[in-house]
Amino acid sequence: MSIDKKDVLHVADLARLALTDKEIDLYTAQLQRILGYVEKLSELDTKGVEPTTYTVPLKTAFREDEAKESLSREDALWNAPEEDRGCFKVPQIIE
Amino acid sequence: MDLTTLTIKELSEKLRKKETSSVEATKAYLKRIEETEGKVHAFVTITPDDALAMAEAADKRIAAGQAAPLTGIPIALKDIFCTKGVRTTCSSKILENFVPPYDATVARKLKEAGAVILGKNNMDEFAMGSSTENSAFHKTLNPWALDRVPGGSSGGSAAAVAAGECAASMGTDTGGSIRQPASCCGVVGLKPTYGRVSRFGMIAFASSLDQAGPLTRSVEDAAIVLQAIAGHDKSDSTSIDTPVPDYLAGIGKGVKGLKVGIPKEYFIEGMDPDVESAIRKALDVLKGLGAELVEVTLPHTQYAVAVYYLVATAEASSNLARYDGVKYGLRVNQTGGLLDMYKRTRDAGFGDEVKRRIMLGTYSLSAGYYDAYYKKAAEVRTLIKNDFDEAFKACDIIATPTAPSAAFKIGERVEDPLTMYLSDIFTISCNLAGIPGISVPCGFTKDNLPVGLQLLGKSLDEETVLRAAYSYEQAGGWLGRRPTL
Repeated sequence: MSIDKKDVLHVADLARLALTDKEIDLYTAQLQRILGYVEKLSELDTKGVEPTTYTVPLKTAFREDEAKESLSREDALWNAPEEDRGCFKVPQIIE
Repeated sequence: MDLTTLTIKELSEKLRKKETSSVEATKAYLKRIEETEGKVHAFVTITPDDALAMAEAADKRIAAGQAAPLTGIPIALKDIFCTKGVRTTCSSKILENFVPPYDATVARKLKEAGAVILGKNNMDEFAMGSSTENSAFHKTLNPWALDRVPGGSSGGSAAAVAAGECAASMGTDTGGSIRQPASCCGVVGLKPTYGRVSRFGMIAFASSLDQAGPLTRSVEDAAIVLQAIAGHDKSDSTSIDTPVPDYLAGIGKGVKGLKVGIPKEYFIEGMDPDVESAIRKALDVLKGLGAELVEVTLPHTQYAVAVYYLVATAEASSNLARYDGVKYGLRVNQTGGLLDMYKRTRDAGFGDEVKRRIMLGTYSLSAGYYDAYYKKAAEVRTLIKNDFDEAFKACDIIATPTAPSAAFKIGERVEDPLTMYLSDIFTISCNLAGIPGISVPCGFTKDNLPVGLQLLGKSLDEETVLRAAYSYEQAGGWLGRRPTL
């Protein structure tokens, strides 16, 4: 499998990155090379091998549903790039 | 008496005997930072006022006879650990002005232990890199050779400890980011078992691999710090809920009869001959101490880098989706609407390597490629984990070089991401398998660059890792070396 400029543009859109033309050319070449390298995994027959996603056994961590203190509104908004009347402000979404 | 040359153990004893105070030690470290930081550039943020306030509180605690082993000890944190009220950047422009409203569990535990936090260490942006050259702010230089990298991604932490700018620093290790810089800078670096230390408040890179651990001047110090930070945390459902042993209790028991596995796949062509010779000598030292060297095989080692760069980037692409310019961090809004704001914010806020990894991860998770890349990598990860399970049937611990070469020159590998990725060839498998590993100094190359011996242990067996590393360190003769700056 190989990656071309069209794929890179599609992936950049999925990843929400507004890449410059220079970046698109650079990443196309570099990703081609990296994907060429990881291709070596196809040498291995992994039929019947269970994938490992975590190395520790995961179980759902249940807890009591208790009311407790959380971040204050002031703290939560402390780092907000823009705020308005106690809310995070974003560009207009609905016309 | 230069207080900045002492180990945690030594300084802690002096504090308890009232031979010095934490305020005095903190001032000594702040002065050392002033003298050396202009050469090393190991910090992103230095917090002298906070540090002196913590030192005063520590002195009161010591006077009251309530000192813990870390009380009054000046340390630093990689700038990936959230610190309440202190800017936490992950060395990224996207978080340049981020001031967390809470502490990471690791930061909280260290504060509760009475440690004095001097500041936040530089790193590769979002911990992505092996040289700290990917920091959005500045490069950190290797205190042993200022034209060379300190390793990465915890390069600021390793350089700061080596330069005597702090007694210890906390790092994180996703594919070698504690052990490789420790090796490059001639300090001890411990990556605990995945889940042994809470990840809460540690800015996420690859959640199934990330683990926090200490960089210190001695193995004993690594045990002291691990003792303070290990344990289950309700805020991290992947932290392991088993009792934390006393890591210092058995550290001096020696290695007589210990079976040390030597994987043949780790002694490869292209390895720096000086590194190989230092490692062979270190193995002889272990043998001289009564350890039994046995050959083992980890046959899937050659696939580890490929697996890692698929798994880690896939997880990163998902973790880093949160940086959208809405609730915190950088926002670039040219009123082209919400989607345009997301895209411009992320393009301006992330550096080159971070974008490259987000792209790779997004690609391998995207429709049509998932089975061929991510799923395949997760399957091969199982084979790598099985290799270790099999090897540990024949040995108690595995010894390898930490890295195939000593610290490389600034700029040498930036043009070629793939060559940079291969710097991590000996450290990555450990993260994929979730097991603990340590790098301990084991000599120097002809150019006077430090070399590290890596010891890998069974899951949750930090005790044997620390015991073997301590035995080697005591006999090896490299303890207490410091670069001239």
